[in-house]
Parts: sequence; structure tokens; C-alpha cells
Amino acid sequence: MSEMNHKGIDAFKENLKSIGASLAGSLFRSGRPASDRSRAAAMFNNFFLHVQGVKTHINTLRPAYTFGLGIASLFLLLITILSGVLLMIYYNPSIENAYNTVKDITYVVFGGKLIRNIHKWAGEGMIIFVMLHMARVFYTGSYKRGREFNWVIGIMLLVLTFGINLSGYMLPWDQLSYWALVIVANIIQSPKEITDSLGITQYFDIGGFSKEFFLGGLAAGKESLTRVYLLHIMLFPIFLFLFLGMHFWRIRKDGGLTKPEGFEPAGGDTNLVTFPEKRGGIFPTNKTYGLMELAHGRTPAVDRDVENTVLSWPNLLVAEVAVFFLCLAGVVAYAFHINAPLKELANPLIPENPAKAPWYFLGLQELLSYSAFMGGVGLPGLALLGLALIPYLDREQHHAGVWFTGGQGKSVALQALAAGTVVLLGLLAFVIGFGWFRNWWPNIPQLLIVLVNPGTIWVGFICVVGPYH
Amino acid sequence: MNSAANEKTGISRRDFLGLASLGTAILSGLAVIAGIFRMSKPNVRYEESTRFKIGKPENFPVGTVKKLDDRGVFIFSTDDGLHAISSVCTHLGCIVALTETGFQCPCHGSKYNGNGKVIGGPAPRNLAWLEISRHVDGSLVVDTAKEIPAGTKFKLAV
Ligand code: HEM
Ligand code: FES
Repeated sequence: MSEMNHKGIDAFKENLKSIGASLAGSLFRSGRPASDRSRAAAMFNNFFLHVQGVKTHINTLRPAYTFGLGIASLFLLLITILSGVLLMIYYNPSIENAYNTVKDITYVVFGGKLIRNIHKWAGEGMIIFVMLHMARVFYTGSYKRGREFNWVIGIMLLVLTFGINLSGYMLPWDQLSYWALVIVANIIQSPKEITDSLGITQYFDIGGFSKEFFLGGLAAGKESLTRVYLLHIMLFPIFLFLFLGMHFWRIRKDGGLTKPEGFEPAGGDTNLVTFPEKRGGIFPTNKTYGLMELAHGRTPAVDRDVENTVLSWPNLLVAEVAVFFLCLAGVVAYAFHINAPLKELANPLIPENPAKAPWYFLGLQELLSYSAFMGGVGLPGLALLGLALIPYLDREQHHAGVWFTGGQGKSVALQALAAGTVVLLGLLAFVIGFGWFRNWWPNIPQLLIVLVNPGTIWVGFICVVGPYH
Repeated sequence: MNSAANEKTGISRRDFLGLASLGTAILSGLAVIAGIFRMSKPNVRYEESTRFKIGKPENFPVGTVKKLDDRGVFIFSTDDGLHAISSVCTHLGCIVALTETGFQCPCHGSKYNGNGKVIGGPAPRNLAWLEISRHVDGSLVVDTAKEIPAGTKFKLAV
């Protein structure tokens, strides 16, 4: 009897001892990757990794192809979310408390200042990295060959990134927040300029309606802060995640990133990546056809190039971890030295002078000073529409996957940049030197002011000159 | 009967029912969206009232201008009566300042003449003239939500 007891206890002890190993085994079912097969399993058995392919193309892994800009945007987003949740422990979105809680976070809460700085700089860093990422996609022609709609999703991500940053700017309820809110509300109201000119505002006041919808009242106040908070922590993030999911899913279905036609591994690649143990075997070197690929029509994963792929574990993961730590280190170092601004408490009586838009909207602010509608609604709308249509206007399917589509593209890109800049600076110099319409003809109709200003002229110039390239 | 109806309208019962349900679904969807917009428009606003008393007429001797910053109005008192002009710039909502010739906005440099008419800068509309009325207790009341034609003066009964 007692012997049997002993046995049971021993077995239990054994189980206790091995609990660590069995827990890990149940968590990572394929064990420590030791062979190509288990390296592949490590990718597709893991919830977080299976989003990525088991194998990755060598071109994708060349640092100077993507510069890791997309993944850096993602990591900055993760850092922003985590620090944002920490800020929510103390932040209170009411006009009585918002300013004081942000002040407390900055000056009283342990570690609060650092977390706030991290949140602010990672968030604004996203703007920079998302734009650079977009430039990379553009200049490598990566919006082509089935990726047209992913570019459009990207534009949504860009808009949401701006939206989240701008709504966050309003939350501390200091002078910057308040006057940014007032200005945005007036931009939202600005279609009134058009309806007024047409004399139909009484019947169809879309501007006034939208402004009231946004502010939750006629003036910036407590309802407005609640709504901005809702946008910042709920609505915008939900849509951002949704579109990000689609963004990544589509990259997978497109067979990974773009790569040049007739890609050849170069000598340098061997320093960069580890090739599979053996070719063939479970990873055939020649392309196999799945059922989907035999079906009619354009299929997902069209330009898969099986020969020049290597295992994602460890090649891709090492690169990603490196980008992650670079991002984290960059943000923390920056946040450690540079403080997020906090002005005086919001005061409706004293406009911030100059009412300063956040830096990423300085260009827009300049346009606003001609016409609130054109600068705040018309031109940004046109610009986004133009951006979204790029893949549908440029139907040329070759040269995707190469920076500047080779040498000629580079000079075109530089010429375009130079011409655009010269015309823009010229216009600005002209306006500063000579003033604009209303200085000459004080009675000029508002509709003309809205339609003809340096911003619209510049866009017109680009539209006329652009297609010649 | 049935086939006769079919020939007349040229649409089968199945298609008709399908279209009808689709239409109903779209209409209900639109109604829900309209409801969401309506819900987000507060029935009670806990804002300051747009109507406020500015004191007895005696406080406004002829030839003076009073700037009520927290309310965003200027009260002018002239020989032909009182008038209230909004001090909220029609461009992006900054508070305009009084100058010798009229008003000027510090934010993007909109200029208005003494009657609030735009004479320079990006402002799309003239400064609003606001309604002045008299409360039963004799004090004057301004309503910033009630715009009146420029040039309308409030005459004090003698
Ligand atoms: C929140 C913002 C965004 C995130 C986190 C993000 C993330 C990513 C990542 C991780 C990749 C993989 C390749 C790489 O790192 O370059 C990628 C690819 C891509 N992104 Fe984004 N992205 C964002 C915004 C955008 C924007 C604004 C655009 C363009 C308007 C865009 C268009 C594309 C396209 C077309 C690809 C496929 C590129 C190829 O096949 O070579 N993305 N994105
Ligand atoms: S707000 Fe007055 S000029 Fe812009």
C-alpha cells in the first residue's frame, strides 16, 4: 500500500520537474528548429509567424531593397500602442481634468514623462516611416502586378496615421490642442465657402452639419474632447488594424514583395542569408502548381520565384528583430532627451499666435491661409485621390521590383523633384513679395479666391507637366 | 393570371421579391445610419447659452466700443444706436483685434473694415452682425447664434 503511494508521488514529482519542458513543448509544438523541416514548422505553427511565408525571397532580404521601412512602421505602431495603454492609466478625457492629468503624467507619475515622450515620438515617427515606406514602394514600382489595391489600402493607412496623430495632438487640452481643434472644426465647416458662394447654405449646409457632428455642439467644448478621444483610441485604431490585416494578407497572397524579373543571387547575398541545407526534397527547386494556380484567371501568388528563396526562419526573423531593436532604441533614446511639448491650459480667449499646426501639417497650414476649403479639404482630397490612382494610371507592368526602374527613372524622379520645387518656391516668393488677389481687388468673389491660389496653381502645373514625363 | 402579370411587367416573381428585399435592406440600412447621425446630435447642449445679458443701456455711452472677449463680440455704441459685431474670424476662428480702420486677425492676417466687411486675407465671409434685444428687466441681450443684416442698429427708445 505504502509502496504504491510512493510510486504515485514519485511520478508526480517527475511530472512537476518536467513541467517547464512540457509547457514549452505544448506552446511551441515543433520544438527547437534544428532541420529545414522544423524551421519551416516553426513558421507555420506559430500564430504570430504564420502570417509570413515559410520561405522568403533573397531580394526581399537585401537591406537596401526595402530598408525595412514597412516593418519599422509596424513596430513603431506597436510601441505607440503599448505606451498609449500605459498613458490611459492616468489620462482622463474631460476638459476639467485632461490638462491636469497630462501634467501629472509629465511631472508626477513615475516614468510618466518617458512614456509620454515615447508615445509622442513613436507616433510621429510613424508618419515619417510610413511616408518613406510609401516612397520606397513608389520608386521600386511595387504598386504594380496585382498590388494595385494594396497601394490603395496603403493610402488608407497613411490617412489613418495622420488622423491618429492629429486627434492625439488635441487630447492634452493645452493651447496647442484647443486651437488645433478650433482650426480643424473650421476646416470641416469650410464647404460653407462653396455653398455660400452658390447661395444654397440655407437649404444644404453640409459644412455646418459636419462641424456640429464633429464637435458635438456649436463650439469646441467637453463633447468635442470626448469625440476626439473616441476617434483616437477607438475608431481610427480599429480601422488601422483592419486595413493592416488586409495589407499583410495581400502581401502574402501576392507571393511576397516585388522582385526584379530574372533575379540572380549576387555574391554578397551569401554573407547575408543562410541557404537551405539541401535543395529539392520537401522544397522542390522548380515551381509546383497548386490547384488554385491551375484555375483560370489571374491567381494569387503569381510571381513566386521558388529557386531564389531561403527559409524565413532564421533569415527573415533575424532581420525583423534587428529592425525592431533599432526602432526601440531610436525611440527610447530620442524620448529620453527630447520632451513632448505641453503649453498652457486651453484658453478660448487667447489664440495661439501663431496658431501652430503640428509639423506634419505645416504645408497644409500654409495653404489654409489662402482658403480654408481649398487648403483643408480640396487640395488634400485631390492629392490623396491622385496618389490612390497612381497604380491605375501607370499600367506599365515591367520594371517592378527595381529601384527607379533602372537608371532612366532616377533622372526623371530628380527632374520632377527639381521642377516641382522651383515652381513652388517661385509661387511662394511671388505671394510674399506681391500679395495675392484680395490685396489687389478687395471685392473679388470668394469662389475665385477658393479656386485660384498658389496651391491650386502648383497642382495644376504638376498635372499639366507630369504626363509629359 | 400569374403569367399575364409576368408579361406585363417583364419581371419574374422571384426577381421581384429579391429586388424588393434588397431595396428594403438598403432603406433600413440608410435609416439606421440616419439614426446614428441623429443620435450623435445632442438633444441638450451643456454649452453656455448663445444668448447673454450685457447689462443696462447706460453702460454703453455713445461713441464707445466694448470688447466682450469671453463672448466673442464687440458692442459699438453710435449716434444711431447700438450694434454688436462678432469678434470670431470667419477664416479659422481666431479672435480678431480692433484696429483704427476696422478689425484684423492675428492668425492669417484677415482684415475687415469698420463694418466687418472682408477687405483682405483668407476670410471667406464678413464678420457677423448679431442681434441685440432687450430683456424685461431692462438689460440688453445679445444672441451670437442670431445673425442680422449688416447695418441694422438697435435703437434705444427715448
Ligand atoms: C501604418 C502604415 C503601414 C504599415 C505598418 C505598412 C507595412 C508594410 C510592410 C511590413 C510591408 C512589407 C515590405 C516592406 O517592409 O516594405 C509593406 C509592403 C507594402 N506596402 Fe505598406 N505599410 C503601411 C503603409 C503603406 C502605405 C502608405 C502604402 C502606399 C500608399 C503602402 C503600400 C505597400 C505596398 C504596395 C506593399 C507591397 C510592396 C511590394 O510588394 O514590394 N503601405 N507594408
Ligand atoms: S483665423 Fe483669422 S485669418 Fe485665419
